[in-house]
Amino acid sequence: MRNRSSLIVLFLLIAAGLAGPWVAPAHLSQFSQLWLFMVLALSWDLMGGQTGYNSFGNIVFFGIGMYASAIVQVGLVYPVAEYTAAKGGGTEFVFSAEQLHAGLALGIPFGGLMAMLAAIVFGALLLGMRGHYFAIATLGLAVAAGELAAGWNYIGAGSGMVAPTPPDTVDSVRLIYFLSWGVAAVALLFYHWLLSTRFRMAINAIRDDEDKAEALGHFTVRNKMTAWAISAFFTGLAGAVYGNLSRFIDPIDIAFSPEIGVWMILMAILGGKGTFWGPVIGTIVFFVAKELFWTYLLGWQRVALGALIVIIVVFFPEGIVGWVKSRWPRLFTSPGKGDAGEAERDREAAHA
Amino acid sequence: MRDWQATDSPLLDVRHVTKRFGGVVANHDISLSVERGTIVGLIGPNGSGKTTLFNSIVGQHPIDAGEIWFKGQEISRYRVDHIARLGLIRTFQQTRIFGKMTCMENMLVALPESRRHLAAMFGHGSRADMERAAELLEFVGLYSKRYHEAGSLSFGQQKLLEFAMALMCEPQMLLLDEPTAGINPTLINGLVDRLRRANSEMGITLLVIEHNMRVIMNMAEYIYCLAHGELLAAGPPEEIRNDPRVIDAYLGVS
Repeated sequence: MRNRSSLIVLFLLIAAGLAGPWVAPAHLSQFSQLWLFMVLALSWDLMGGQTGYNSFGNIVFFGIGMYASAIVQVGLVYPVAEYTAAKGGGTEFVFSAEQLHAGLALGIPFGGLMAMLAAIVFGALLLGMRGHYFAIATLGLAVAAGELAAGWNYIGAGSGMVAPTPPDTVDSVRLIYFLSWGVAAVALLFYHWLLSTRFRMAINAIRDDEDKAEALGHFTVRNKMTAWAISAFFTGLAGAVYGNLSRFIDPIDIAFSPEIGVWMILMAILGGKGTFWGPVIGTIVFFVAKELFWTYLLGWQRVALGALIVIIVVFFPEGIVGWVKSRWPRLFTSPGKGDAGEAERDREAAHA
Repeated sequence: MRDWQATDSPLLDVRHVTKRFGGVVANHDISLSVERGTIVGLIGPNGSGKTTLFNSIVGQHPIDAGEIWFKGQEISRYRVDHIARLGLIRTFQQTRIFGKMTCMENMLVALPESRRHLAAMFGHGSRADMERAAELLEFVGLYSKRYHEAGSLSFGQQKLLEFAMALMCEPQMLLLDEPTAGINPTLINGLVDRLRRANSEMGITLLVIEHNMRVIMNMAEYIYCLAHGELLAAGPPEEIRNDPRVIDAYLGVS
C-alpha cells in the first residue's frame, strides 16, 4: 500500500480504538487484549518476518516486561518479598490511586527497558546462530525462563504474583484499556515509520541473503541486535500492561505462556509475515476467530483454531496480505518500486 | 601523516597464504600483489584454488598461514563485513542478488555503510542516493528494468546487477569471480568494456578470476596462474600465454 494512504488507514484504526469504551463497554477487556496481541504480533514479525530470524523466545520478553513492571509497581510502595510472601492477597497491601498511577507510569516503561536489555544479552549469545539453530535456541530460552521464574521466591515462585489491586475509586477496566490502546498506538506508529526507513532494507537483506549483506559491508550483527532489541522493547511494554490486565501473573500459564508465545507467531503468519499490515490484520482475524470459537465451540475451540491454522498455511501460505499482494500488486509500492504499475507497464511493453 | 598511498606498497598484498580443508591443501604458500589502479587476472584450471583464495582475502574463512594486507594494513583476521567496509568488495561466482527486491532496492541496499552511523539507518534514502543508483543501473544497461524484481532477470542481467551493486559500494578494489561465466557471448564485449571503464573512469582496482582466456588476456595487465593450489606462473599476458607450464596445466599434459 502506498505510504500515505497506509498511514491514513492506520490513523483511522487508532482513532476508532479511542471510541472503544463507548462502543463496547462490556468487552473492554477483550479489546485490551486485542491491542496488546497486535503489539506482540508486530514485534515478533520484525524479527521473524522482516529479519528472517524465527524467534520462539519472544514470550520471554513478554514475561520479563510483566514481572519487571509488577516489581516496580509494588516496590514503590511495599517491600516486594513481603508482598509476594503474602500472596498479594493480604488486606494490608492497599494501593491508593496515586500509588497505582505512579506505579504504572514507571513500571510499564521499565518493563520494556528490561526486556530490551535481556534481548541485547541474549542477542550477543544467540545471534551468531542462523536458521533453525537460532529458532531452537530461542525455544530453549522460552522453556527455561518459565521454569526459572517458577523457582524464584522473590517474585512469588510457582504460585505467581499479583499486580497491585486498584482502589475502588479507579475505573481500572477503562484505565487498562487506554493503556493497552496507547501502547498499541505508539507501537503501530513506530513500526509503520521504522518499516519505511532504510533499516527495513538492511534487515530484509539479512533475511534474503545474509552472506551477501555481509559481503556488501553491512553491520549485520548490529542490525540484527537492533531489530531484536526493538522487538523486545515493545513486547515487554505489552507484557507490562498485560500483567495489569490479567491481574494475576502466573509464571508458566501467563507470563511465559507457551500458548501466547505460539499465538504471536500464528497471528503474524496468518496475516502475512514480512509486511506491516499482515500482523495487524492477522491479529484481528485470529482474535475474532478465537473469541467465536471459545464462545460457540467450547470444548472444541482448540481443534477449530488448529483447523483454521492448517487451512491458512495450506491455502494462504503467504498470509492474508501476501495473498492480496499477489492478486493486486498495484496496491503496494515504495520508493524503490517506483510509481504504481511502472514495472507492469514495462513488462507489457516488452510483450508487445 | 604517512599515508599508505605515499609508499610504494601494493593495494593488495597476499603473502605466503596457506589454506587447508582437513587434509586437502587448497592454497599452498601463495603470494601475489595488486598495484593500485591496475587490472590483474587470476587464472587456473578448475579446482586450482582460485575461489578459495578469494574467500581467504575477503575473510570468509580463517587462513592457516601467511598474511593478507590491504591499503597497508593487515586484514588477515578481519571479518567479512569489516573488510568490505574498507573498500574491498567481492562478487560471487553463483551471483548473489536479492531476488525478491527490485533492482532499485538492490542498489539501495548496497549503499556503502562505512560512512553511516546507526542513526543514518533510520533515514529514508536520499535523492542523491536514488540518482546514483539510477546512474549505475544505466551504466550496466539495466535502467529500463529498474523496477523489476531482480529475481525475474536473466542470469546475465543478474550478473550485471551484482556488478552495479558492487560499484554502488564505492569500492577501491573489486574481486570479481568469473564475471563472464554464463553470460551470452554477444554481451561479453559490453561487460568487458564496462569493467575497463570502472577501472579507468572510477579508478577501481580489479582482481578478476576468469576462464575465458580471450577476455582475460585482453583485459589484464598482469596474470597469476594457479594449479593444484600453488602459484604456477605470474607475468604479463603474452608471457603467460606462451608459458609451457600454463599450457600443460590447462591441457592436462604432465
